[in-house]
Amino acid sequence: MATDTTSGAHQAVSACLNEYGGAIGMPQLCGEWFGNQIFWLVVTLLAIFIILSKIALPRIAGVLADRQGAISNDLARAEDLRAEAVEVEKKYEKALSDARAEAQTIIAETKSEIKSQIDDEMASADAEIAVKAAESEKAISEIKAGAIDSVIEVAGDVARDLISAMGAQADRNQVETAVANRMKGRIK
Amino acid sequence: MAAESKAAEGAELVFHPMDQFIVKPLFGDGTVNFFTITNVTLWMALTVLAIAGLMVIGTSRRATVPGRMQSIAELAYGFIRKMVEDVAGKDAVPYFPYIMTLFMFIVFSNFLGLLPAAFTTTSHIAVTAVMAVAVFVSVTVIGFVKNGTGFLGLFWIGAAPLPLRPILALIEVISYFVRPVSHSIRLAGNMMAGHAVIKVFAAFAPMVLISLGIGVVVTPLSILAITAIYALETLVAFIQAYVFTILTCVYLKDALHPHH
Amino acid sequence: MEGDVVQMGAYIGAGLACTGMGGAAVGVGHVVGNYLSGALRNPSAAGGQIATMFIGIAFSEALGIFSFLVALLLMFAV
Repeated sequence: MATDTTSGAHQAVSACLNEYGGAIGMPQLCGEWFGNQIFWLVVTLLAIFIILSKIALPRIAGVLADRQGAISNDLARAEDLRAEAVEVEKKYEKALSDARAEAQTIIAETKSEIKSQIDDEMASADAEIAVKAAESEKAISEIKAGAIDSVIEVAGDVARDLISAMGAQADRNQVETAVANRMKGRIK
Repeated sequence: MAAESKAAEGAELVFHPMDQFIVKPLFGDGTVNFFTITNVTLWMALTVLAIAGLMVIGTSRRATVPGRMQSIAELAYGFIRKMVEDVAGKDAVPYFPYIMTLFMFIVFSNFLGLLPAAFTTTSHIAVTAVMAVAVFVSVTVIGFVKNGTGFLGLFWIGAAPLPLRPILALIEVISYFVRPVSHSIRLAGNMMAGHAVIKVFAAFAPMVLISLGIGVVVTPLSILAITAIYALETLVAFIQAYVFTILTCVYLKDALHPHH
Repeated sequence: MEGDVVQMGAYIGAGLACTGMGGAAVGVGHVVGNYLSGALRNPSAAGGQIATMFIGIAFSEALGIFSFLVALLLMFAV
């Protein structure tokens, strides 16, 4: 309380301090310190304002603008690169489809070539087979005819032998004619 | 305080919560005059140095990919710039350096004041009142310069019913003139309160030297309390700077666009 | 205890003035709580209202600081 200090004969440097250098009341309300604080506050604020407005803020604004520029530059470059990549991809797709088409035509050509070759081969093979078959048929028919003749001959012989065994004289021509009549229609 | 007279006797708890706010000359024991170099000068100079260190030296590389210091400087810049644009409007951007100055000064004073044995310049009403009155006067001047007498429309609320308007106008005028008071006392009071509370708890901490039995309980508790209050004060230091700045922006918005 | 009735009254008044801080605490809690419940209902609008919340906190807290100031004035300046 303010009454503590006024009584003694001590040498207080300030009306707001007691003899031990402690505060009397609230130092915030000590009027004799206001001027000093306000003076230094104004000096400080001016100094900060000058530092900020002359150096720091323009610099930071510049840095931020630079960064923004760099970012948009990079974005533009990325956009360019992307377009380039799309272009390249298109080219690649085209090359791929071209190659596919070429391969398709090559396959078709090869196929038709092979097909014609096969057809040719088949035709010649068929002809050969036909010739061979005709030959075989002819041989078979010859053999068949031979076989029938021999059968008839054997049959005639057998018939003649049978007749002679029975004691009769068999006329050769008669027997043959009879056998031939009998065989007619049975052997083709 | 009654306790002060016993300060020299030792073996007693000593409560001097307000002594940390004393303004004293740095050199000699003379009286504090207008230009005396005091602890106010020292801590304000440290504030300037810290701001210069962060905002000038920290950004001196002008790196496109920022380092730690530059990131913080850019963060502060972007934070206040966005606040000014969002709260006060795009046409308040020319006043951005002034608001930035206030914010940087308050935030750095608050944080430097949290250092042990530091002097908190923003805990003095004289300091905050000068800033609040400066904001009040400049905002009022800006309002009248930009809008002429249209600035008085701030007090004449067109949306209210006619018979109510004079009463509302009276209330609005009173609240307008209370602004610098609450603006300054809020900041100074917050800083003073936190520091005084820390000091009170600190006075309880040496209890163990006086009485071992009580001290075993009280000393750890008070140290714990100091830590907790200190954490709260770290938050408050930033929030009060933020609040002071954003209220400045709100007042500026009223001056630039007085019609709600 | 030395002192007088005025000093006693001042200290009692300081203690009584501190009850005003409780009101500020309630107010700040109200502001933040309502902000939070609103923010949980509509999280997309929450970000834009943080500044408003802080302004509300500042206003209601200033009154608590006033009561604290009255207490300090009673203790140290009367």
